[in-house]
Amino acid sequence: MDLKKNYETVIGLEVHVELNTKTKAFCGCMNKFGEEPNTFICPVCLGLPGSLPVINFEMVRRAVKIGLVLNCMISDITKFDRKNYYYPDLPKAYQISQYDTPIAKNGFVEIINKDGSKKKIGIIRAHMEEDAGKLLHLTKTGQIGEAEESLVDYNRAGVPLIEIVSAPDIRTPEEAYIYLKTLRAILRYIDVSDCNMEEGSFRCDANISVRKKGEEKLGVKVEIKNMNSFRNVQKALEYEEQRQIQLLENGQKIIQETRLWDANKEKTFSMRGKEEAHDYRYFPEPDLPPIEISKEMINEIKKEIPELPVVKAQRFIKEYDLPEYDAFLLTEEKETADFFENVVKVCGEPKLSSNWIMVELLAKMNQDNIKNINEIKIKPEDLGNLILLIKKGTISGKIAKEVFTEMYKTGKDPEKIVNEKGLIQITDSKIIEEVIDKVISANQKIVDDIKGGKEKGIGFLVGQVMKETKGKANPQLVNELLKSKIYK
Amino acid sequence: MAILKKDVEYIAHLSRLNVSEDEKEEYSKQLSNIIQHIERLNELNTDNVEPTYYALDIKNVFREDKIEESIDKEKVFNSAPLIEKNGFKVPKII
Amino acid sequence: MELFKLTIEELHKQLIEKKVKPSEILDSIYKRIESVDPKIKAYLLLTKELAYNMAKKAEEKIMKNENITELTGIPVAIKDNMCLEGVPTTCAAKMLEGYKPPYTATVLERLKDAGAVFLGKLNMDEYAFGSSTENSSFFPTRNPWDLERVPGGSSGGSAAAVAADLCIAALGSDTGGSIKQPAALCGITGLKPTYGRVSRYGLIAFASSLDQIGPMTKTIKDNAILLKYIAGKDKKDSTTADIKVIDFAENLECDIKKFKIGIPKEYFIEGIQDEVKENVLSAIEFFRKKGAQIIDISLPHTDYAIDVYYIIAPAEASSNLARFDGVQYGLRDTEAENIIDMYKNSRQKGFGKETKRRIMLGTYVLSSGYYDAYYKKAQKVRTLIKQDFNFAFEKVDVIITPTSPTTAFKIGEKISDPLTMYLSDIFTIAPNLAALPGISIPCGFDKNNLPIGLQIIGKPFKEDDLYKIAYLYQKETNWHLKKPDIN
Repeated sequence: MDLKKNYETVIGLEVHVELNTKTKAFCGCMNKFGEEPNTFICPVCLGLPGSLPVINFEMVRRAVKIGLVLNCMISDITKFDRKNYYYPDLPKAYQISQYDTPIAKNGFVEIINKDGSKKKIGIIRAHMEEDAGKLLHLTKTGQIGEAEESLVDYNRAGVPLIEIVSAPDIRTPEEAYIYLKTLRAILRYIDVSDCNMEEGSFRCDANISVRKKGEEKLGVKVEIKNMNSFRNVQKALEYEEQRQIQLLENGQKIIQETRLWDANKEKTFSMRGKEEAHDYRYFPEPDLPPIEISKEMINEIKKEIPELPVVKAQRFIKEYDLPEYDAFLLTEEKETADFFENVVKVCGEPKLSSNWIMVELLAKMNQDNIKNINEIKIKPEDLGNLILLIKKGTISGKIAKEVFTEMYKTGKDPEKIVNEKGLIQITDSKIIEEVIDKVISANQKIVDDIKGGKEKGIGFLVGQVMKETKGKANPQLVNELLKSKIYK
Repeated sequence: MAILKKDVEYIAHLSRLNVSEDEKEEYSKQLSNIIQHIERLNELNTDNVEPTYYALDIKNVFREDKIEESIDKEKVFNSAPLIEKNGFKVPKII
Repeated sequence: MELFKLTIEELHKQLIEKKVKPSEILDSIYKRIESVDPKIKAYLLLTKELAYNMAKKAEEKIMKNENITELTGIPVAIKDNMCLEGVPTTCAAKMLEGYKPPYTATVLERLKDAGAVFLGKLNMDEYAFGSSTENSSFFPTRNPWDLERVPGGSSGGSAAAVAADLCIAALGSDTGGSIKQPAALCGITGLKPTYGRVSRYGLIAFASSLDQIGPMTKTIKDNAILLKYIAGKDKKDSTTADIKVIDFAENLECDIKKFKIGIPKEYFIEGIQDEVKENVLSAIEFFRKKGAQIIDISLPHTDYAIDVYYIIAPAEASSNLARFDGVQYGLRDTEAENIIDMYKNSRQKGFGKETKRRIMLGTYVLSSGYYDAYYKKAQKVRTLIKQDFNFAFEKVDVIITPTSPTTAFKIGEKISDPLTMYLSDIFTIAPNLAALPGISIPCGFDKNNLPIGLQIIGKPFKEDDLYKIAYLYQKETNWHLKKPDIN
C-alpha cells in the first residue's frame, strides 16, 4: 500500500555556490581548488589579528547577476554582517555574511516537471558570504564522528559564496532534483560558478517535512546535510520522506533536528546531541562600508545575461522542431547548445544533429570524462559537414560512424578523412552487381532457399556484399539489386 | 535587568570561556551593575532615530579581482601551536 | 648633549646638518631606557638590532642626501598592538606571548618608508581594555610624575615613554580615550585623529568602529609631523577616508580671532577635580584674551555616551577577540581532548579578568533577544550624540573640555571597581563615538605636581584646526616643556 498518497511533502533547499572569481572574497589570494593545504593564505583570509577585509567587486557583480537570473529584487543598499560562532575551519570565529539586507530577495526559478508542467519555485533570498576552510579528519575508520584529531586547511577560507534559499515550494524529491538541475544550468549559463558538486563548488542542504493531505499546518521539519550529488539529494529526500511518514503512521513524533545522509548506507542519521542551540549574535560588519547598487549597474549587468536554458529549450522545440527530451538535454550546458546550433547552421538537419550530439558525442565525452564540449577536438562545423556527407549520400551512416571516431580522435575534418581512407560510398550499380554475382555464386544454397520462401536469407546476402565492399556500398542499392537478381 | 548566574554560564559558553563558581558570582554582580547603568538609555525615546552602525558615511569601497601573492605558510606556521602535514592540528571536534 | 630630551623638530635639524648621526641618537635613548625604564616599565620589548639597522639605512640616506623626510633617523616607539613582521606583538596579552605576525601594519610601513627608526614595543592594557595600563598581562607601567600612580591607559606605555624621554615620539591607539587620557595623565601631547584618517590595517582590533591610531609626542609640531606620515587612504582598510592629507606641520600659525571656541556645560560638572576645572578654565581664558570668540554650548546627550560606549565597544570586541582560540597562534591548552575544552581552557588561561569581563558583556548585549534592546538602542543614541556635535559645530569651530576628570590616580585605586574606572574616560568617549578628532595637551599641574590635560575637539578631518589652536597655546605656555623628576 502506498502511504505516500495520504501525505504531502514540503521541501525547501539551501544551496551554497562558490563563485568563480579569480581571487577570494576579501583578499587577493587565489580562489583555486586542489592545491597543497595552506598555499593560498594571507593575513586577511587567515583572520590574523589586525588584518582587515576588502570587498572583491567581482563578487558583488556576480551576486547581482545571480539575483537577476533568479528574478529577485536587488537591494539598493546592502551590507555585510558578522555571524559569530566557533569552529576551527572559521579563522576569525565569525563569518562575514549577510543577515537582514541580502543582496537579492523575493525571486523564483521556473522548473519544468517530467510531465511537461511548469512550476515556479520561490527564492526567498540570495546573499553573499565567505566560505570556511576545510577539515581533514585523522581517523582509522574514516567515520567523521570517530576522528581523534583534525587538520585545518585554509585554502578555501574566504572564497566567495552565494547562499540561495528556496521557499518551501518543492513537493517531491524529484522536483528537488529538477530544481537543482535547473538552478545549476542557469548559474553555469551566466558563468558565475563551476557548480561542481563533487569539488564542493555547489552544495545543498535540504529542509523537509510531511503533513497529512489537506492539513494547513506544516509538519516538523528536519534538516538534511552531507549530500554530494543531485541524485543523492533526491535519494536522501526519498528516504527521509518515507521515514517521516512511517513515524507518523506509527503514531510517533518527528523530532526537529539535523540529519546526515550516508551515501553508502543510503540512510540519514541523526546528529542528535552533537549540535547545540545557535546564537549567532549577528551585527553589521564595522570593517566594511555598506554597498549601494545603482540602477545603472543593474542595467549594465542585465545586458550580459544570455538566453537562459529553459527559454532556449523552448526555442529549440519551436525553431528546430526538436522533441522536448532533446531540447532540454541539449540546453543543459550553454556550450552544448551553442555547439548544436553551429552544427545545424552547417547541415540544416536539427534532428540528425541532435542525434549525433546526444548519442555519439555525449557518450564519448562521458566515456572520457570530458565535461565541457569545448574541450573536444571536433569542431561543430565539421560535425555539420559529416552530416551533410551522409545527406548527400557520399558516405553511409555506418561509415559515418567510423569517420566520426576518427574526427573525435584527431580533430581532422570529415572530407579529408573520407578521401584519405577512400571511404566514399559505392553507388555505381555495375560495381555492386559484380560483387553480388560473386556472392550469389558462392552461396547458391541460400539463394535457392530464398526462392523457396525463406526470405530471411536476404539479410545475410546483403551483409556479405557489404563485407566484400568494406561497408562502402550503398546498402539500399545493394538490397534492390540483390532482390532483382534473385527474383528475376 | 540583573544578570543571573545562569546567564553568566550561558554567555561564558557562547564566548568559550571557563568560569569558576566564584567568578560566576563576581561576573554576575559586576555585569549586573554595568547593565543597570547602561539601561539609563531607556530614558531616551529613539523611535524615529536611525542607528549609526558606521563611524563614517562611506560606501562602495571595493578592490579589483586581481591576484596578489599569498604569504609563505612557514611564516604562519612559526607561531602555530601544532602543525602536521601542512595543516593546523586541532583536537577531536565532536 | 642629552639627545633623548630633544624633539623630532630639533633632531631633524641636527641630522640634516650632519651634527648628529641616527645611531648616536639611538645610543642616547637606549642608555636613557636602561637607566630609567626599570622604574617606569614603559617597554615590553626593545628592538635594538632592528633599530640599529634602520638607523644605518637612515644614515646612508642622509649621507647621500636621498629621500630624506622629517622622520629620517628619528626613533619612534610603538604601542604593542601594531603588527611588525617577525617582531613579537602581544597586545600586552599573555594569550599572544611570543606571537610574531607575518606582516606589518600600514602605519609602520609608512613610518619605515619615511625613514623612522623603531625603538621597541610599548606596554598597554591587555588588548587596550583599560584606562590605567594596570590590565597589562605582564606588569603595570608607572607614571613618570609619580611612580605610585598610573600613567593612564590604554596607551599608558606610550604616554609614559614620551613623558620620561624614553623615546622621541610614540604611536598610541584610541578607542574610548586611550591616547588622550594617558597623554593628559602624563603631561604630553596626544592626538586621536578623525576615524578613517589613519589606517587600522595591522592594528589588533578592539572596537573596529572606534579604533584609531594616533601620534603621542612632546610638542604639537612633532605631533603634526608624525600625523602627516601615517595619515591617508589605505586600500587595505576600507574604512579609511579618501581625503587629502595636508602638511599639518607646515602652517601652524593662525589668526585666533577667527576661531569660535565652544565650551559645553556638560563637561564642567560636579565630581570633576577642582584643579582640573580651574586650569582648563584658565586655558579658555587664555584663548579669550587672545581674541578667540568663546561660546557656551550644550551637548545634551553627553551623559549617555558612556553607556553607549560600554555596549558598542565590548560588542565589537567580543567578536574581534573570538579569533584568539588557540588554533592558529597564541596560547593553546594542548591537553584538552576535544575542541570545545581546547577553546575554553586556552581562552581562560590566555585572557585577563578585564578582557573576560568585556567579552562577556559584549556577548550578552548581542545575544539572542537582547540585540535590539542594547546594541541597536546604543547605535541609535550614538546618532543623537553625533547630532549634538553636528549642531554645535554649526556655531563653533572647536570645542574645549577637560581631557579627564582627574589627574593620575594611584595604582590599585580603581582596579577592583570597573564602573569607576570606566568613568575616567567620560570626556573622551562622546567625541570618539562621533568619529571626531581630539587632542590632549598639558595645561597645568595640580598640587601634587601631576599634569592636567586639555581636550580640544574638532570637526571631522579638521585636525589642522586643533593643531593651530594648540600650537598657539604651546608657543605661549611652557606646561609641555616641564619634565618629571624621576627618582
